[in-house]
Amino acid sequence: MAFDPVLAEIRFGTGLSAQRSLPNGSEDLLRRLSGPDTAAQTYPVPSLIGEGGAEVRLYNQLLRARNKARGTKNEEAARKELVAQRRKLRKIELRNARHILLRGILSEDGFRERLVWFWSDHFTIGPRNQQLRASLASYAEDAIRPHVAGRFADLLWAAETHPIMQVYLDQQRNIGPNSVAAQKSKKQLGLNENLAREMLELHTLGVGGGYTQAEVTGLAGLLTGLQIEKYTRPVFKTRTAEPGPFMILGQSWGGAPKTREADLRAFVEALAVNPVTLRHLARKLAVYFVADTPDEGLVEHVAAALIGSNGDLMAGYRAMLEHPAAWDPAPSNVKPPLDFVVSACRALDVHPAMIERMKDRNVQSKFLVPMSLMGQAWMKPNGPDGLPEADDRWVSPQGLAERIQWSMTAPQALTTRLPDPRDFVVTALADRAPEAVKFAAKAAETEWEGVGLILSSPAFQRR
Amino acid sequence: MKRRDFLIRSALLGCSAAASPFMTPVALASAPWDARLVVVILRGAMDGLDMVRPYGDPDYAGLRGGLTGGGVGEADLDGFYALHPSMEPLRPLWQQGALGFAHAVSTPYRDQRSHFDGQDLLEAGTVGLDTGRSRDGWLNRLLQSVPGVSGETSFALGRDQMLLMRGDAPVSTWAPESDLNLSAQARLLLEMVSHDDPLFSGAVTDAIHIAESLGLIDVPETAMDAQDMVSQRMKDNRKQAANGHRLLAEFAAARLKEEARIAAFSLNGWDTHKGQKPAIKRAGTQLAEVIGLMQTELGPDIWGKTVVLAMTEFGRTARINGSAGTDHGTGSAMVMAGGALRGGQVWADWPGLAEADLYAKRDLMPTRDVRAHAAWTLRSLFGIEQSVLETKVFPGLDMGGDPRLVL
Repeated sequence: MAFDPVLAEIRFGTGLSAQRSLPNGSEDLLRRLSGPDTAAQTYPVPSLIGEGGAEVRLYNQLLRARNKARGTKNEEAARKELVAQRRKLRKIELRNARHILLRGILSEDGFRERLVWFWSDHFTIGPRNQQLRASLASYAEDAIRPHVAGRFADLLWAAETHPIMQVYLDQQRNIGPNSVAAQKSKKQLGLNENLAREMLELHTLGVGGGYTQAEVTGLAGLLTGLQIEKYTRPVFKTRTAEPGPFMILGQSWGGAPKTREADLRAFVEALAVNPVTLRHLARKLAVYFVADTPDEGLVEHVAAALIGSNGDLMAGYRAMLEHPAAWDPAPSNVKPPLDFVVSACRALDVHPAMIERMKDRNVQSKFLVPMSLMGQAWMKPNGPDGLPEADDRWVSPQGLAERIQWSMTAPQALTTRLPDPRDFVVTALADRAPEAVKFAAKAAETEWEGVGLILSSPAFQRR
Repeated sequence: MKRRDFLIRSALLGCSAAASPFMTPVALASAPWDARLVVVILRGAMDGLDMVRPYGDPDYAGLRGGLTGGGVGEADLDGFYALHPSMEPLRPLWQQGALGFAHAVSTPYRDQRSHFDGQDLLEAGTVGLDTGRSRDGWLNRLLQSVPGVSGETSFALGRDQMLLMRGDAPVSTWAPESDLNLSAQARLLLEMVSHDDPLFSGAVTDAIHIAESLGLIDVPETAMDAQDMVSQRMKDNRKQAANGHRLLAEFAAARLKEEARIAAFSLNGWDTHKGQKPAIKRAGTQLAEVIGLMQTELGPDIWGKTVVLAMTEFGRTARINGSAGTDHGTGSAMVMAGGALRGGQVWADWPGLAEADLYAKRDLMPTRDVRAHAAWTLRSLFGIEQSVLETKVFPGLDMGGDPRLVL
């Protein structure tokens, strides 16, 4: 079992396309990944920490103005402005959705998109307040995308400190009970362990990773001080920081509130290179890219590379791609809904203008609503543990019914001319098309059913 | 195809059909109980003081006259409580003992008054969100604790995620707006391309069976027809968001008449910060229609074994705010229905509405944990051990005395 360009594009990329060149080896995949991020430049998503945050701040400003104007003659005008801004945020949200789809559909560097999806899910966020709801896409843009080919420590820091993560896991409510802020407040302020717990359980060490409640409480203490400024930027406020030190994993961390940022940074650096963390990541990568029950040799090989490089993610990817178990030709994982619709559009050669110019409500009805019915609500995960990994969680009767229904109807709406199913089976699956699927492509009564059957088949649904 | 291949294929098809509970009557016998439970999550914080009006409380008229407009006593239930007008169509059920309420109840959630956290806690069924893992829901933990549960025992319906049902026990999900339009030929070919993949072939069989049993299969003649059906469906979804609750109730009833024993879904629209009068009327009408539909669709026999629990994340302020609405509060009510309910009564240890009796001088004071009522329902309806309920399903709950909710 060795590198196979078709399998590379299906298993490690966003699917086969008649227009994109196949990678010619593992090094080629990695080379594309280390190159410029063309997809993000072509289809930008605004950053929350930068410019995108301005729209959110304006919304908040208008919200406050509306509240102040309540019961006065200015109320109606203030309400109108607020509603207009809400609409604008919604339009931005849908434009971001288009851009995320287009990146996957058009990319020559599909591995990067897949890594962004993988790490965004590893560090799951979701909506917790109205103001940031429309800007969730900026989280992956700011915190995940720039770091997918770098050091895990940088990725970890960027994800945990991002305002959207802070809101999602209640970090604004995590206040040192002995901090200046708590001492001066009439309200009862105290620790909130949500971020600390998920950081250890989901993002780094993993369940059974050898930490106890004492570690969670200690880390929650060390995290105090980390806050959000102007709704959209991470900042350290020593007023809210609990004086240290904190015992975490047998070591003492942090001290005076004024050095909190550096102290937390030091802890995050250590946590990111902890072998337990890196083993957890190695397994997750293997499960996501290769199989629900991955080859133990593959997991070990990736773990060793990550540990040996102190969490250099490229080293981990290289190890995964060079291991023979990664190239087992048998169809394996079921594509999650986003991956499925993107790979279908890629195979169908959907013209970018079709999606760029698509009306907002069609973005909803052609993509977001069906994906939600398939089990992946857009930017709205079930919980901090993100999307399910197990194939059978996706292939429920209803989830599959929706995939079939979409396969039968969406292609016609997304293309000006449907491909001949007998050609399409080759574009979509190349030499991996089973006889039964080739037969169905020929035997279908209509072109749209032929295309629909190919897209519905396990051969296309798996990778 | 060679004869041998054909035999192998038939055998495989036979297997997957037998493994599918929809294809075999044995599945019925394997259901863990005969009783049915429907849990409705009322998202947005239902105002219990408006839905079940304690008009006999001396402070009620002063607090709520602006919303009720007086004359509450005409909708009297028992001399103290009165029914919200939107629930009036259910009065016959009240008289039959198939409708009841628990009042002044809440989850252990206090003071923050966030919908997200309040709903998470209601569905997690735990004491707090920080202390325990809130990744699985109490209905799922119930399923984990009984043998004989299959994926068809419980349905989480609709597009709202139901944390309530989430967890390791198998649960089916279906959004009633999902349908499956396949010509006979496409269906055969679909079975053929999925045939060698047991996961897919099983799900295809089940999907077709469910869609058929619900009359959701329309055979389109052409691609344009299929496309029209789908865009019509999208339009219907948008236009008839008002009708979604009926689809949910009909779907739930259809499943409960077969193998399913538990169904859960959400009704939204209870967050009545302003203009509460028309807003809560809409939401209340939906709830009443859902309960009414459950009764008619299930038929007398199954309705007689059914309990519906409609619960919300928290209540609303006792006072009316400046926009003729109410804000996030604490204690609320739970709406219960079903032929198996010992209804026709309001269960409450009434705290009073004088300022000193209110929670934080603003909200209805909860006098009982809503989880205790849910737990007693599970105890009586399904015979679940109290120790299991207090440690596994609702960890940390003290169930207290038996309110005898179920016949």
